[in-house]
This record gives sequence, C-alpha cells and structure tokens, in this order.
Amino acid sequence: MRKEIRIAGFGGQGVVLAGYILGKAFAVYEGLEAVMTQSYGPEARGGSSSSNVVVSDEPIDYPFVLEPDVLILLSQEAYTRFRPTAKPDALVIIEEDLVQPWPDDRPLRIPATRLAEGLGRRIVANMVVLGFFTAVSGLVKRESVEKAIETTLAPRLVPLNLKAFATGYEYCVKEQAR
Amino acid sequence: MKGRGVLTGVHFMHGDHACAEGAIAAGCRFFAGYPITPSTEIAERLAQRLPEVGGVFIQMEDEIASIVAVIGASAAGARAMTATSGPGFSLMMESVGLAAMMEIPCVIVDVQRGSPSTGLPTLPGQADVMQARWGSHGDYEIAAYAPWSPQEMFDLTVLAFNVADRFRIPVMVMADEVVGHMVERVVIPPEDQIPRWERKRPRYPAGDGFKPFLVEDEDLVPPMVHAGEGYRVHFTGLTHDERGYPDMSAETHHRLVTRLVEKVRRNASQMIRYDTYALDDAKIVVISYGCTARSARRAVADARRMGIPAGLLRLISLWPFPADVVRELARQADAFIVAEMNLGQMICEVERYVSQPVKGVFHAGGAMIPPDPILQAIREVAFHGPRAGGGKASAG
Amino acid sequence: MAHALVAEKHPLDDLIRRDRMPHIWCPGCGIGIVMRCYAQAILESGIPVERHVVVSGIGCTARVPGYMNLDSYHATHGRPIPFAIGLKLAKPELMVTVFSGDGDLAAIGGNHLIHAARRNVDIKVICINNFNYGMTGGQVGPTTPLGAKTTTTPYGNPEHPFNLPYLLAAAGAVFVSRWTTLHVRQIKQDILYSFRKPGFTFIEVLSPCPVGFGRPNDIEDGVEEMRIYRRRSQLVYRVPDEVPWEALEVDLREERPIYVGRFVDREREVFQPVRR
Repeated sequence: MRKEIRIAGFGGQGVVLAGYILGKAFAVYEGLEAVMTQSYGPEARGGSSSSNVVVSDEPIDYPFVLEPDVLILLSQEAYTRFRPTAKPDALVIIEEDLVQPWPDDRPLRIPATRLAEGLGRRIVANMVVLGFFTAVSGLVKRESVEKAIETTLAPRLVPLNLKAFATGYEYCVKEQAR
Repeated sequence: MKGRGVLTGVHFMHGDHACAEGAIAAGCRFFAGYPITPSTEIAERLAQRLPEVGGVFIQMEDEIASIVAVIGASAAGARAMTATSGPGFSLMMESVGLAAMMEIPCVIVDVQRGSPSTGLPTLPGQADVMQARWGSHGDYEIAAYAPWSPQEMFDLTVLAFNVADRFRIPVMVMADEVVGHMVERVVIPPEDQIPRWERKRPRYPAGDGFKPFLVEDEDLVPPMVHAGEGYRVHFTGLTHDERGYPDMSAETHHRLVTRLVEKVRRNASQMIRYDTYALDDAKIVVISYGCTARSARRAVADARRMGIPAGLLRLISLWPFPADVVRELARQADAFIVAEMNLGQMICEVERYVSQPVKGVFHAGGAMIPPDPILQAIREVAFHGPRAGGGKASAG
Repeated sequence: MAHALVAEKHPLDDLIRRDRMPHIWCPGCGIGIVMRCYAQAILESGIPVERHVVVSGIGCTARVPGYMNLDSYHATHGRPIPFAIGLKLAKPELMVTVFSGDGDLAAIGGNHLIHAARRNVDIKVICINNFNYGMTGGQVGPTTPLGAKTTTTPYGNPEHPFNLPYLLAAAGAVFVSRWTTLHVRQIKQDILYSFRKPGFTFIEVLSPCPVGFGRPNDIEDGVEEMRIYRRRSQLVYRVPDEVPWEALEVDLREERPIYVGRFVDREREVFQPVRR
C-alpha cells in the first residue's frame, strides 16, 4: 500500500502545516511509514505552495509524489497545475469557493474558507479541509489526526484548530448523509 | 531558559531539525554558522534550542569565521559544530586542515545542494563528497557520513561527535537537500541510551616536561588538553613536535603527518558504517548513499522481483571508505553499479578495489535520481553483460 | 668574596617559554618589546595565569603565543579573532588576548576584526603595526603608507592605508589606543586596563621592522625608527576635538606628528549569546 497525497494552494493557506499534521498522524499515531516533502526553490515561488505526503505500510524509498492518489486543491492555480497529475481514480477535493473545476470533472467540494470564517478565523481552513479528508478517505483515524494537532500546535491554538477539524469532518458526514 | 536536552520520543521531524536535535543529544553546546540554503534550518533550530540547554549559538560574519570559532570553542572543551552547504563548505576547507593538524575535534554538516558555485541553492546534490575527503591542502584524513533519512540525520550527527572526540579529527555529516528538507519519523532514544565516546584526557599533571602531543597508545591519539586547565600548552598549525612546539624539520613533519593519517587508517573499523540489502547471493552489486540509496533500494527490490540477483551496499561512512567490504563483494559479484548524484565521484573509490566493470548511474543534481534509471542499469547489466551501455550512464 | 652579577631568575621567567629561545625576530624588531609588556601586564593583572589564553594568526607577531608560557593557539592566517571568540564563548572565565599583526588582523582577517568590534565580544586585541608583511619578506600591507616602497610596490604603494584607530572606533570597539614601541609603560598600562575593560578592546602598537619596511624606505635601523617615534609622537587626549580622526593616519617617511594616546574609552553592551 503506497498512497501519495498532495495538498496545494497559495501561501498563507497553511498547506504545509496540513501536510505535516497528516504525515505525523500516519507516522507517529498510525504506525505507518510516512514522508512529507514540500517544494523549495523556483516552483515554491509566485505565491503557490504545496506539500506532499507519501504513506505506506512498508519503508518508503522514493519520497516524492509522482502520481497523486489524493489531491487537495485550494486554489485555481493549484487545480490547473496539479489536476492532470492525479491517478485516474484519485480522490480529488477542492475548495469550492476558490476553484472552478473543469466541466467534465467531478471533484468533492467543500467551502473550507467559509466554514473557517464561521469559526471566526479563516486561517483554520486548512484544518477544516483536513477534517473533510479524514472523514471521506478512510485512510487515517480521526483520533490520530486530532492527536497530531494537539502535539504540534501551541496549546492556545489547539482548541480552535480541533474545532475546525471537527467542522470539516462533520460537514463531510452530513454531506454524505444527504 | 532551561529546557529539555534530549527530546526522547517519537517525532515527525524535518531532517535539518533532526540533525540539530542529534547535536543537542550528543552534548553539542556550541554552534557557529552562517545562513545558507538548504542548511539554514539547522542553525535556526539550534538558535532556539542551544540557549535552552545552556549552550552558545552565534551567527558569524562568514563560514570561515564559523568553522574557526567552532575549533576555538572545541579547544576550550565544548562539543562544537557548524552547518553549511557547498559554497560555505568550500570556504571552510583551509581550517579543516587546521583542525586536523591541531587535532581539535569538530563536526561540520554539509547539506549538499546542486553545485558547483552557487548552483542550485534549493535543490539537491551529492557532488561535495570528494571535497569532504580532499578539500584542504596536504595529507590528512577525516571521517564523513551520509545520512539517508531524518532518523540518520539524528543518529549520524551523534556518531559524528563521538568519532570526532574519540579520534580528535574533523568529522563531516554529508547530507543532501532531499534528506535535509524531508520530514519523516524520528525516534529519539532516552538520554542514557545516546552513545557517548569521550575525548581522552591528560593522564599526567601539568608541569615541566608535559607533552600535549605525546602518543602512548596504539590508537595514535594523544590525550587532549583544554584551554584554561593550567597545562599552558601550545597548539599550532605549523609542523610541531610532541611538546606542540614548531619544528621545521622534514623528520618531524613526516612523523607528524604520517601519524595524523595513520591515526584514522588504523582506527577505521571503529568509524566505518554501511548497510546491506539483498547482498547475500547478489551478482550485481549496487553501491549508493544518501538520498540516492533510497531509489537504489527500490530498484534492487524491483530487480529481485524480476528474478535478477541484485543487491545494495549502502555507504553510511563515505570516509573512511569500507574498502574491505567492497573487496569482499568483488569475490562474488559479476558487476558493480554506483548510483550517485554527481558525475562520478565515489565510483572512483569503488574502482580502486574491484577488477570487475563498474557502471555509473549519475546525475549532476537538482533532482533526486528516481529508481527507474538504476533499475534500467541493473537490467542492462543482467541481460547484456557487465559492459553493457559502455560503462558510465547518465540518469538525466 | 666576589659575586657574579647574573640574575638567577627574572620575574617574567615563568611567562616565557625559555626553551624556545632564541626567537625568530630580526635585530631592531619591536615585537619582543610588546610581548614583554603583555607578560608584565599578565603578572600585574591579578588574574591567574591559567586563565590567560593568547591567540594569533600568521606572521611575525603571530609567533608571540609560541613564546608565551600560556595556553596559546597559533591559528590560520587572519583567523585569530574567530578562534578567540570560540574560546571565550565556550569558556567565559578565560581572559582571551589576540596578539597579531596588521596584515593578519586588518587585511586577510579584516572582516572578522570589524565584526568582532561591532558585536563587542569580550576579547582583547593587541595589534602590532609595522607597515608591511614582515615574515614573507616585506610586501605591501593594509597599513603601508601611500607611496612607500615594498617588495611588491617597487614603484611606490599606489594604495591608501587603513587608519586603524579610526576604523576600530567606527566599528564599535569600546577601547582604542595607539602607542609605539617606545611607550613601554603606556603599552603595559593599556593592556592591563583592557583586561579590566569588558568588551572588545584594541591596542595598536607601531613597531619597527628595519628589514621589511625600514630599509626600502630610508629608515636606517630600528634605533632610527625609535628616534622617529620619540621626535614625532604627540599625545592626544580627545579625538576629534584636538585632531580630526583622519589625522591619525601614519606615515613614518613624512615629517608630521604621529598621534598616540587613548582615542576611545566608552561603554557599550557587551556581547552575550543570549541577552540578559
């Protein structure tokens, strides 16, 4: 089992933190192997940002994402750039207010930024989307991600981020129930 | 500002940060450095962490000052380190020789990027590995380790301090941008399980006739006196006698330089580290190190699935080079393949010890060599013989 | 009964590595004079000898640590200051003195010099300025006056020299003084004073180099240069009130004052790795 996950958007959306927390949940709390890498250099410029997580049940040799099994896209630029790289059966999640998908594409949608604004801070949109991903993918346990959030962020930031994570998670459950 | 020294536990950690934590765990209490991509995160982490454990962090005016301040701090008894990348590594070379000549331990981390010159600051390379060995003028020997994961950024930084102190030599951690910037699980053991090799310390009291460079042991390592202990010793980069006094004779020079070199050669077995994968019955031996070895392991696994008897020798210590291991493999192997992110450096070392053809899988740097070109080289050798493809291939 | 008039023991014996004598310096060289002042200051400092450490780079002056019976470090060319910073920060109880020449400190090591002064690291620098590279045989250096002859400026030096006190004052040293090898009492006093002055201190001592600088520039010998010092040294108490900083530039070949004295003595926060 090797799964490649790419989270991409623009600088300030917290995609690197989201990737880190997801990777930590896998590597520390699920007993799986996980590697996170991020873009440095020219491709990291121009305001775009991405983080990549590879997770596997055996040691990971090549650490980079080649053909994502999961794409989480938080900007139009990220969508345009990375959508074609995904595997045919990939799980694709978009921030629905910021990404206009191609007509023939049917990605999963979440208004992560709007939901985060509902909690008072749009910067936690990354945790909202992480909650959505956790619920929809079944790749990682909810508690593992929550523990990763608790052990990564400064204590004062933990409650809000957990709340954002729960919001995204429950949004997914609710949408699926519909 | 007292905090925890050893961050015992399971972490999901950045390679450069793991290196910094390895230094802290090893008892490093002095860091001098100059910001340079992709090593800067080591300095940033230590700027935060060293004051927590009563250590000293200082950002110097350049890399020359950084390595020299490290040597000075070590002369005063501190475990001391600097971290840099290619351009800074070049600037440090003169004083690597000073540390070797004065026998003052120090640890230098080089997070290699695409080179030469300014090259590719944010992208990986492995082209400084010969410079690590030969970069300063004159005959001297050092130890150098190539981590392939954040876990080894931690482990090999600890080892680097131990080897440096035990043998009084400069030791390099030859990381690369991939490993430095990668985040992966890092397990930090309890403090009492961190290995610690101490510096040998003087056995005689201070006084007339004390000889700070007198060698009484088989290992050729003289005990080390630190500044401020009352021994009133002289350290010089000039050729010196057992008292540490300059002596411009050919005889003393030959004796000193031979000992400095022999010290490392004679104790090499304590410094050499390597890892093997599927080597037992391997006829095609792939040799690789650092991030490239990750792709090499995948290529070997894929080759095995195809029924090709390939195996991997992963160099952990680049220097001293595990020559005996390679010689031994030469008794069973039909061919060797060396995969490295440069245009042929460690392959020269392999060729010194084997009579079989050695095929290179090279790339000048900028992106990690993926498994495919290595697998392709294995298949070419397996199906068309050891001389397939004319020897040296490029992964590009 | 007759007694031989030979001293059995000199007060500075303990501070000199007598087994390393004779030294390498030329007749008429001034370095030994300054080394003696340093030894005397150590003796009077009240700081235990074990805590004094002396560091140098490369050059004639840089041989001083080899002759001092102290913990002594003879580092790479230009690098005594970073070496000293490492020693001092790793072991703050040490009294670390850098003893080196103008070429070592101000040319190849010039960047370290100004940055150490800027940081105000607590190290003591004694800089012997003999206006040329002596050890390599009299080449132009960063303090060689405009027009002076050296082996690499046979047509006269086309470059302007550093005015070291001005440079160090601008860079941030808390104590800057200049003397000549004629001023042995003042040199010793200032070294002693610098031991008690926290922060980066800089003492420039003008010193004869009869072979490297004197001969090609018509200064007959070391004694003649000492006569120049005696005739032209002029004490200043306040710069720039009495004389402008620019006037501190030295040219032994011209009949103009050589200003000596304590030019800077001020307080600045001393470098600590973590501010308290």
